[in-house]
Amino acid sequence: MEGKRLFSTAGKGLRGSARYPYWLFTPAALIYVALFLFPTVASLYFSLTRWSLFDSTFIGLDNFAQFFREPFLIKGLVNTLIFAAITSVLKVVLGLGCALLLTSHIIARGYLRSVIFFPVVVSAVGVGITFTVLMEPTGVINSTLALFGVTGPGWLIDPNLALISVALVDVWKGVGLATVIYIAGIVAIPKDYFEAARIDGATPWQNFLYVTLPLCRPATVTIVILNIIGGLRTFEMVWAMTGGGPGFSSDVVASVIYKQYQSGFYGLSTAGNVVLFVFIMVLVVPLTTWLNRREGHE
Amino acid sequence: MKIVPNGMLRGASILAICLFASAVQAQQVTLSLLTDVAPEVVARAEALVADFEAANPDISIEMETRPGGAEGDNLIKTRLATQSMTDLFVYNSGSKFQSINPDRLLVDLSAEPWQADIQPSFKTVVTSIDGAVRGAPFATSSAGGIFYNTRVYAELGLEVPKSWEQFMANNQTILDAGEAAPVIQTYKDAWTSQILLLGDYFNVQAAKPDFAKLYTEGQEKFATEPTALRSFEKLQELHDAGFLNENYASAGYDDGLRMLANGEGVHYPITSGALRAIATTYPDLLGDIGFFPIPGDNAEINGLTVWMPQAVYIPNTTSNLDAAKKFVAFVASPAGCEALKRAGGGSGPFLVAGCELENAPPAVSDMLPFFENGHNSPALEFLSPIKGPALEQITVSVGSGIMTAAEGAALYDEDVRKQAQQLGLPGW
Repeated sequence: MEGKRLFSTAGKGLRGSARYPYWLFTPAALIYVALFLFPTVASLYFSLTRWSLFDSTFIGLDNFAQFFREPFLIKGLVNTLIFAAITSVLKVVLGLGCALLLTSHIIARGYLRSVIFFPVVVSAVGVGITFTVLMEPTGVINSTLALFGVTGPGWLIDPNLALISVALVDVWKGVGLATVIYIAGIVAIPKDYFEAARIDGATPWQNFLYVTLPLCRPATVTIVILNIIGGLRTFEMVWAMTGGGPGFSSDVVASVIYKQYQSGFYGLSTAGNVVLFVFIMVLVVPLTTWLNRREGHE
Repeated sequence: MKIVPNGMLRGASILAICLFASAVQAQQVTLSLLTDVAPEVVARAEALVADFEAANPDISIEMETRPGGAEGDNLIKTRLATQSMTDLFVYNSGSKFQSINPDRLLVDLSAEPWQADIQPSFKTVVTSIDGAVRGAPFATSSAGGIFYNTRVYAELGLEVPKSWEQFMANNQTILDAGEAAPVIQTYKDAWTSQILLLGDYFNVQAAKPDFAKLYTEGQEKFATEPTALRSFEKLQELHDAGFLNENYASAGYDDGLRMLANGEGVHYPITSGALRAIATTYPDLLGDIGFFPIPGDNAEINGLTVWMPQAVYIPNTTSNLDAAKKFVAFVASPAGCEALKRAGGGSGPFLVAGCELENAPPAVSDMLPFFENGHNSPALEFLSPIKGPALEQITVSVGSGIMTAAEGAALYDEDVRKQAQQLGLPGW
């Protein structure tokens, strides 16, 4: 009897139901409701109104209609995708290269590893402002190019180049994280594969192509996903460097929304945020599900 | 005793110090004043504050600055909305004043005795929709148009243009001479890109006198009214003709003033706030700067677009209303004008009775005839509550050749529609 009762209590505990009283959950719940759930629901409501922060007039879906009519929304979307694509590709390529270098036997490996990670921990706004100065038409970068007889472009003031310049700076800042993820991936590859390859007489290039690259796939996927999500809500770097300019040429979705907020179109910018929220969910939820399933297979 | 700032919570020692301090400086009141960061505005605020504190030893004023342009608009709106505004703040009159809900957030100053001394033309641009006057002029009236370097004009034997055609001919001569850029544009500070368009309003209303009214009602658009579209076209023409300084995209307002003052550039479309800045930074070169209004297509019709100055306002949230009102009264008095004169002089006639412009720089003398002969009109933002917030990005796009004038005008009409709806105006 004694043992049976003990067993049943333990079983109940394992199912995790009544072991702790519910009120222990309330502080966390209150914070969650106050800081997340309430603003989310409130923003859904305010996105349907014309809102001046003091009063709001219900206008149905007009804000959404207006948001999708925004002349620079499409350009912002395209720019956002270009930004996400450039940064993903470059971070994968450069990150893998740096990781290969930093897992080989080179001098000052520990030091180099920390140096390449350093930009990741610096604030994006600080990096943005610094590079804005460096990228001025007569700034350090162009002066250096001039020493080699190259006329540097107007990195941030050429409407065709501004977005790409910002993306390059974002790569500079983010490549350290990609490198660290790749280092972890490479180090985790069992030595047996490399030994087997050596016995088969593989060249270093074949080693890379048929062993390292395929076995780093999870790392690559992680980096790409992180970048796509990060790229979709890119804001600080663009705002610090160009403010979406010149004109509207480097606007991304988040900067379009921010400018609407700045102009006092609170309802409209809330509608924009709801759209961005849904947009990211639609992309990320299936992606995550797909990835999790894939990992289960392997 | 208002100096004790939440002293109770900060431990006994701080409390003791505060009590001691307030015992020594009885009735000392500290006000906070927010202005934008432009050097001429700061200089004016400093002069006014210094004279005011000298006259009122029991009141001290702490100054804060904020960025200009859209960033500053956002800051003002947010601080007002979150009830964290300073006791006094300086902000635009006209349409931007209307966009901050003045009827609900600002103190009504209609009954103040100094109102009798203020020009009626100014009162209208700080009057909220309920008919209450809520601000006092923080500077003289001014004008927007083309400031030019008279030294270069003399060297090249140029004459002040009366029509757009003559203006473009002058630009060509300057370009051919190869020494200086004909027209200065400074798109790093995007707000400067709007002045050519806004300063052209005299020409718009000369051809279409009821434009402001119809525009406010949503009946008239920039894209469809040819005289209004013309303002956008002028911006495009300057770019297409290659008359802009090479670094127009990366130069800022300060660069523009430098280029104008030392003759690297000849024409700078800007408002007369520029004169105060030049007086501060390049006092020796102020005599080389002249002014003419933005020319229209007809040389017979030549007139000035007038800007009303920023105003000082008191938000409802102030806890020192009487002291704040004292400062506003000082700003709106002849003593306040004296302080303004010391901070770089006037850029146009004073708006306070009993204040006379003295030793006006040449550029202001060039403006005065237009003030006197009536060939002037307020800029559109003082005649209509609607100003689209994206105008500066649109004018940068048109002025850089990213967008055509027609595209820019159509885009601006869309921007204006959003603003009108946000303001809740009828007919939109």
